[in-house]
Amino acid sequence: MKRLNLQLLTGIFVMLGLAAFSYQAVTIGGGNFRQQPGYTLMARFDNISGLRPGGIIEAAGVRVGTVSKIEFDPDNYQAIVTLRINEGVPVQEDAIAAVRTQGIIGEKYIKLTAGGFPDLLSDGMQITETESAVSLEELVSKYIFSGSSE
Amino acid sequence: MSTDNSQRNAISIRNLVVDYGQRRILSDVNLDIPMGQIMVIMGQSGAGKTTLLRCLLGLKKPTSGSVHILGTDIASASLREINKVRIQMGVAFQGGALFSSMSVAENIQLALREHTNLDEKTIEIMTRIKLDMVNMLPAEHLMPAELSGGMTKRAALARAIIMDPKLLFFDEPSAGLDPSTAAELDQLIITLKNTMRMTIVVVTHELDSIFKIADHIAVMSNGLIIETGTPQQITASTNPEIQGMLNRKPRETIVDTDTHLRRLTGGV
Amino acid sequence: MLKSIENIGAIVISSLEQTGRTFNLLLIVFWELLQPPYRLYPIVRQMYFIGARSLTLIIVSGVTIGMVLGLQFYNILERFGAVDLLGAGVALSVIRELGPVMTSLMVVGRAGSSITAELGIMRITEQVDALECMAISPGKFLIAPKLVAGLLSVPLLTMVFDFVALFGGYFVGVYMFGLPEGSYMNGMTDAIEWVDVRLGLVKSVIFGLLITLICCARGFYMHLGKAGSQGAEGVSSVTTDAVVMSSIAVLFSDFLIGALI
Repeated sequence: MKRLNLQLLTGIFVMLGLAAFSYQAVTIGGGNFRQQPGYTLMARFDNISGLRPGGIIEAAGVRVGTVSKIEFDPDNYQAIVTLRINEGVPVQEDAIAAVRTQGIIGEKYIKLTAGGFPDLLSDGMQITETESAVSLEELVSKYIFSGSSE
Repeated sequence: MSTDNSQRNAISIRNLVVDYGQRRILSDVNLDIPMGQIMVIMGQSGAGKTTLLRCLLGLKKPTSGSVHILGTDIASASLREINKVRIQMGVAFQGGALFSSMSVAENIQLALREHTNLDEKTIEIMTRIKLDMVNMLPAEHLMPAELSGGMTKRAALARAIIMDPKLLFFDEPSAGLDPSTAAELDQLIITLKNTMRMTIVVVTHELDSIFKIADHIAVMSNGLIIETGTPQQITASTNPEIQGMLNRKPRETIVDTDTHLRRLTGGV
Repeated sequence: MLKSIENIGAIVISSLEQTGRTFNLLLIVFWELLQPPYRLYPIVRQMYFIGARSLTLIIVSGVTIGMVLGLQFYNILERFGAVDLLGAGVALSVIRELGPVMTSLMVVGRAGSSITAELGIMRITEQVDALECMAISPGKFLIAPKLVAGLLSVPLLTMVFDFVALFGGYFVGVYMFGLPEGSYMNGMTDAIEWVDVRLGLVKSVIFGLLITLICCARGFYMHLGKAGSQGAEGVSSVTTDAVVMSSIAVLFSDFLIGALI
């Protein structure tokens, strides 16, 4: 009886712990293993400075996907970003993917702007229209540099 | 001749030396303990009795010398070999050393559960038989903290004999007990020898029980065995140190009151 | 002068010895764990003691810490007009740092100290000797279940702690300061990645092993300590020692893991 009680309580403890863990891992951790239904697109950028895998993709300010992979293309010296777009979010052939910053010093994310073409991109295709990250430092240094040379 | 010896003797100790740091606790101990008999190791506190016992149990590696128990040299054997011997021995420690988180019955069953594949029913019956032998049947489900001193010793004895060992070690059976409980335990030890044909090694300094139970006596002093023999031989010994130990008996009570008084007044 | 140098040397040597013994014990116990027979019940029993019995303490302290964090972060963030980050701040600090560390320190205080005291008392009352004389390995019988239970219980407790702490922060943010519910939750979900949860998990597993190992070793080897500290006094001094040492070990390894991962 005593033994049963002890095992029961230990079991409850383990279940509680596991439940709390899965809550964090799945809901908050926004998991790599929680694959939302969707499709993947590719995009090439000259500069993504600061964008990381797991970064957010927004369209009209709404979260519509995540950055699942970032690779470096040594031939063209470009970044190849794999985008995971949620199901039911259409991306037109001439849609624009831009690397933007949340606020001035916030995290980098990808902003999708709808295009005008009726044709939609499907799984594995590439977004051709991209805008690279605007680096604050570069802007500032360019301004200072050009200012001093004149 | 030596092989002959090891068959007649349950334990034979040769040239045993134990150092503890710089101090020499045992110097050149030699002792044979014959099968099926009760050997009492006596001596004053600090004579090295406890260290000798720890060597016999394989708890202390001696500095040099050999300790053959049931044919295995405990002093040089590996842990695996020592454990093979240990399964054939039972130990009742001075303070009982019952596992405080387990009931009396669970304490007694532990060795059976760990070393045999007996089913639950058999284990329970064997436990009760052993508890009955030491007159502890009603205490089966008590926890060690609920036992009196005498009961603790008896429970420890029951735990020691659960595997029907060939060898039984008993550390200070009567220490801290009132005379009648001590006498009960002495009787129990003799019964065990007679009914289960065990070789029993008792370490004690209580003269009363020594002469009641011993077949053989080994007298220790300053890390040496100064005399071995039957109780008669020991009583007849001309060694002044032994005579001193034996004859101190009437004076011992005086010394005891003295220490008692000193304790009361805080002198310790 | 010479005496004090000698003393320092002696302290260094004895603490090295102690560290060696502790990790040696770990190796012995894991080796023995691999040998049959395998028993589950002793582990469950220890998990009950280390884990289940600590739940109340963990929940109460978790909620409190979460509320304190919520309050403090709100006050700071308000100055920068960034109260939207409250959820992120609370969640990041709890999941990455405070959860594993606070839980481990709680477990050290509640279960670790009594593990050391229990093993120390078993040592001085010859219970460990009795086990050895029954040909039962004390490492496997006494220590292995505690180590495994510590290894499993601390991460589980940490997860519970994290969860209730996030709830505490949520309570302060949403009910006390009237933050919109979505702002707290979104801040949290956006800021926390799987790597953060994983870091907390890795930390808590390592802490769980470390504290049970240190507490077990201190109690189990108490007879090898200073000659003057045997008996009841010895038990109390090794217990204090074990609590101090395992707390330091937790904090120091927290830094190390943070730096390495």
